[in-house]
Amino acid sequence: MPSIRVLAEREEKGVRFTSGHTLCAGCAEPMVVRTVLNAIEDPVVVATPTGCLEVATSRFPGTAWNVPWIHVAFENAAAVISGVEAAYKALKKKGLIDKRVRFVVFAGDGGTYDIGFQALSGALERGHDFLYVCLNNEAYMNTGVQRSSATPKCAAATTAPVGEVIPGKPQERKDLTEIVAAHGIPYVAQAAVSHLIDLANKVERAMKYEGPKFINVLTTCPLGWRTPRDSAIQQSKLAVETRYWPLYEVIEGRYKINYKPKERVPIEEWLKTQGRFRHLFRDPRGKELIAQIQAEVDRRWELLLKKEQCFGVGD
Amino acid sequence: MRKAITGHKAVAEAMRQIEPDVVAVYPITPQSEIAEYYAEYVHNGLVRTELIPVESEHSALSACVGAAAAGGRVITATSSQGLALLVEVLYIAAGLRLPIVMALANRALSAPINIHCDHSDAYLARDSGAIQIFAESAQEAYDYMLMAQRIAEDMRVRLPVVVNLDGFTLTHTVQPVDLLDDAVAKAFVGEYKPYAPLLDVEHPVTWGAFAMTDYYFELKRAQQAGMEAAPAVFLEVQREFAKIAGRPYAGFFEAYKLADAEYVLVVLGSTAGTAKVAVDTLRARGMRVGLLKPWLWRPFPAQEVAAALAHAKVVAVLDRALSFGTMGALFEDVAAALYPLEKRPILVNYIYGLGGRDTTVPDLIRVFEELPHVARTEWALRYIGLRE
Repeated sequence: MPSIRVLAEREEKGVRFTSGHTLCAGCAEPMVVRTVLNAIEDPVVVATPTGCLEVATSRFPGTAWNVPWIHVAFENAAAVISGVEAAYKALKKKGLIDKRVRFVVFAGDGGTYDIGFQALSGALERGHDFLYVCLNNEAYMNTGVQRSSATPKCAAATTAPVGEVIPGKPQERKDLTEIVAAHGIPYVAQAAVSHLIDLANKVERAMKYEGPKFINVLTTCPLGWRTPRDSAIQQSKLAVETRYWPLYEVIEGRYKINYKPKERVPIEEWLKTQGRFRHLFRDPRGKELIAQIQAEVDRRWELLLKKEQCFGVGD
Repeated sequence: MRKAITGHKAVAEAMRQIEPDVVAVYPITPQSEIAEYYAEYVHNGLVRTELIPVESEHSALSACVGAAAAGGRVITATSSQGLALLVEVLYIAAGLRLPIVMALANRALSAPINIHCDHSDAYLARDSGAIQIFAESAQEAYDYMLMAQRIAEDMRVRLPVVVNLDGFTLTHTVQPVDLLDDAVAKAFVGEYKPYAPLLDVEHPVTWGAFAMTDYYFELKRAQQAGMEAAPAVFLEVQREFAKIAGRPYAGFFEAYKLADAEYVLVVLGSTAGTAKVAVDTLRARGMRVGLLKPWLWRPFPAQEVAAALAHAKVVAVLDRALSFGTMGALFEDVAAALYPLEKRPILVNYIYGLGGRDTTVPDLIRVFEELPHVARTEWALRYIGLRE
């Protein structure tokens, strides 16, 4: 498993994702991207749909990518990487390429949960050999914090504002990790930017499998979450501690929860630190809404424990 | 070798001979049989192509863009709503200068939903930056699929090429088609030389960068240069193909009994075949009529079209799609082409064949017979075979 030293050494040997991009101060995305790329030893080709990462790293004539990289549109990164991977197989058959090359998508939650969902499902079903990393910051941050199907219930978003009648997003977030797992692909995981070694380990384990691999990474966003710019790691850590964002894997259909918080930290500990939930602590309806959020967190955690119990990998 | 085959099979045979690295395709009437034939070739081991049976046309062209940027030779095919779904990516393929060839089995766009031929799908992609070629027959569809590969991949051009063939009329009818020997076809198409491929991992490139007010304009102007180079490349490739295949291709369009014609039809695709019979019928009666059938529609060979039509008295341009709120797109191309001439023919625009409405020889004879009575260029549509 790659230690911090190994990751750092690989970065020293050849920087794959360089500084000089224009992602916001305090954005968690570069940490995830660098960790994932450094956890893979083979050469990689990266595809990224439209979004923060794309806009901030590829402004012509500059680029932050020191690996082959492609952006085509918002909804099609999984289809684009399917084509890249198919061309690789074709050229390999012809003997025009002999190296082992790995294929990685970095996409936001909008490009994954919503507009890119069909292309993702298609690519998973066809079984292309690639790793799809969702940089899940829980809203359309690039276009100004509009709600996505990854946005948590009650969070304020510009298309789900806190109004006199409706307090933020009325719906629960989609459980995409489980939907991806239902495709029966060899490797599915949830990770978080606060647990980078866990993420690196997951990438390394994922790359041992032939076929589609998917990692959903909670990637905090100070702009959209309305949190201090130096709090990305704490925010992410609290999401894990409150069991809002469990770290787990589904390897060939077998569940493994990587970290079980010893004590049950109430969800409001996480909610109260973020501007997008501030209204819950001012509005008279807030208490009831927080109870609903807590109930859903508990329900999903219990379900996950049961899945691990029934379909676990064992120790 | 001459074979009696459908337009589908003719396109699929050209694809088999080209043997692209990747084919990504999604079924839609009346294109599906192209995908089906090619899947048979792949599953029977006749070709080494990686077939991607995608979940939509949008993903079909997206996968083609990925594969082409990776360094592969790629082909796809679609029709109608499929074109409408993927047209976003067609603009991007052109902007990224990717030489993707696409067969388009022309079919009417919804609503109302319809499966039969018109050119509303091709017209939707008119300004996409893709080169567009129209075939009159299965033979031409086969020939231009092979030529399209060379035109698309020429470094002076590097653009996607759409080969249009009329849905059902050409795709589903059995016609005699002369196929080149595999070795001859393969030698004509040649080996693909990718440019800055993603899979050259030693030399990483950024494809699909973000360009703002400071660079976007220049990059789009550079794309226009590819389009401007296309006519000369088209003629070079066509000349070479005509020689090896022994076919009478010479120019951007076919001029049928045009040199001394007073009354002329301009029409795309299979209706040109019907028009030739109408021309012959009226010529036998002593009427000086002729036909101009563009093979190359985008880029539009305006100067050559103007020169070929300058002597005519009345030119009827037939459009198989409405461009709502204005005249037919082909009419506007021809009108713009003729504008610089001091002495211009009178122009009239007919809309025909929407949603597969049959256009017959008597229909086109009636059009020709109307032309001597057209006194001045009309900026109003006429319709063929429409119940008012």
